[in-house]
Amino acid sequence: MTATAQHTPSTTDPRRSADRPRRRRYAGVGRAKSMLLFAVPALAIYAFAVVVPSLRGAYLAFTNWDGLSQTSDFIGFDNFVRIFTSESSLDALKMTLVFALAITVLQNGVGLILALGVNSGLKSQNFLRVLLFAPVVITPVVVAFLWKFMLTPNGAVNSVLAGIGLGDVAPSWLGDPFWAAASIVMMVVWQKAGYSMVIYVAGLQSIPQEINEAAVMDGAGTWRKFASITWPLLAPATAICVMLTVIGGLKMFTEVFVLTAGGPGGATETLSTLLYKSAFQFNEFGYGISLALVLALVVGFFSVAQQRLARRGQY
Amino acid sequence: MFRYTKSTFAREVVMFLVALLFIVPVYILVNMALRPAGDSSSPLVPPSDPTLANFAEAWQQAGLGSALLNSVIVTVVSVAGIVVVSALAAYPLSRVLSRLSSVLFWIVLAGMMIPFQVALIPLYQTMRDLGLLGTLPSLILFYIGSQVPFSVFLYTGFLRTLERDYEEAAAIDGAGPLRTFVAIVFPLLRPITGTVIILNAIEVWNDFLVPLLYLSGTPQQTITVALYAFVGQFVSNWPVVFAGLLISVVPVLLVYFLMQKQIIKGFAGGLKG
Repeated sequence: MTATAQHTPSTTDPRRSADRPRRRRYAGVGRAKSMLLFAVPALAIYAFAVVVPSLRGAYLAFTNWDGLSQTSDFIGFDNFVRIFTSESSLDALKMTLVFALAITVLQNGVGLILALGVNSGLKSQNFLRVLLFAPVVITPVVVAFLWKFMLTPNGAVNSVLAGIGLGDVAPSWLGDPFWAAASIVMMVVWQKAGYSMVIYVAGLQSIPQEINEAAVMDGAGTWRKFASITWPLLAPATAICVMLTVIGGLKMFTEVFVLTAGGPGGATETLSTLLYKSAFQFNEFGYGISLALVLALVVGFFSVAQQRLARRGQY
Repeated sequence: MFRYTKSTFAREVVMFLVALLFIVPVYILVNMALRPAGDSSSPLVPPSDPTLANFAEAWQQAGLGSALLNSVIVTVVSVAGIVVVSALAAYPLSRVLSRLSSVLFWIVLAGMMIPFQVALIPLYQTMRDLGLLGTLPSLILFYIGSQVPFSVFLYTGFLRTLERDYEEAAAIDGAGPLRTFVAIVFPLLRPITGTVIILNAIEVWNDFLVPLLYLSGTPQQTITVALYAFVGQFVSNWPVVFAGLLISVVPVLLVYFLMQKQIIKGFAGGLKG
């Protein structure tokens, strides 16, 4: 719908019918064809860096390529059989899903609470938003080293716990399988909650003020207003946040690699770290790519499922 | 609108405490970097005798200067490339209504779903065969190619909300498609170009996996890889480690605090589509 069309009444206006052939002439076939040439640089470099290597990757996943030889043998589904029968890769698959789920729920939950907090008529809301978003821009390698230090036995986290009299219950953060995984989730939520927050703030600001005022007039309390108005109207923001966190959580590499390197004893190994190790430390490129392909399928599956749910307005 | 009541004030206080809690790790980062070696008091206690010596040592030991320069080159060239090819491609893909155009559009968008790890390993071999492994162009080529889908997606979304009137006027005045794009369309894209620059710059600057793979074993390093190697070596000397970490995030934080309004808006606006 163009602005001119809105101003002019539909059929009788002569300007409108005069518009039509003109538009067709200037976006004519010859011009359109030459315009498509503009897409060539983008398509070429995208094909070079993504499409061709991905297709080659899809083939190499069925080989025993070692990454060095010019040749490799086609070994059918052997790599995939190995993925779905070996305990270490099944654990990595499970951990990938657990991380993605935990991060999605917590990051968006915390982000939503922060958004509701800074968007409730505070004087300092802009200042708070700037502070809460700051961790998002810090390099993940730095964040991971910072947390690694904070979680050492004599680190900041334990000294705080000791300070409030909880020194005895402080776990061995990165030495215990459960707490190592929990640490990764905590760190990612700390770093990225501001990301979800700004998307939710944008969503909250698109809710018309009158709807809230009408609800208050009808006697809705805070919770009722949230459940019946705010939450449903935030659905588009939630859809974007969930999509970003699910895909990000599934593909997460740097945070795990630097904080725990998959340890202790493989407890926090994910598909991303396992495929890095297989390909570049053990020279099993074929197997590494088959892990990447499984990761691609998992990401694809959850992206499509998420899109379907979002379109039906399930959350 | 809101009235400022006691309960608003209470919320304000609570949110301040939450924000303080959020900023504690950053405080520790700065605090530790200023601390003289051998000071073993709690990381939360401010340094009794702050020193800047750690920065000098980290700067020399970690080779941060050349790593920072490499990161700047890779980020600037990649982002410039991403902006040019993506904007140029988005223009016909959103304006030309033909089957070919929409097929191309969907092929590009499919790239947003492919985890880059699938492409990364075979591309490693291609880069090696081309002699690009260990050089900055290997990173730049990968970043431009892999960020095209998301950037084209942002640009086409914005172009669809844009009136065609100016373009048509330019066409009537005899401007060819390229001239129309350069003189009319690209300047109109400025708001979304800001978003594209910010999102991609953060992505490229912070990336660790690709330089780890494509530059490993060479003197060329980006800041993330240089830090990783540096911390591994100096793991027991935390003040120097923290000085190195701080040096690497200062440029990012500086840009962030100078441009926070546009950056936060860019994130929210660009991602809302």
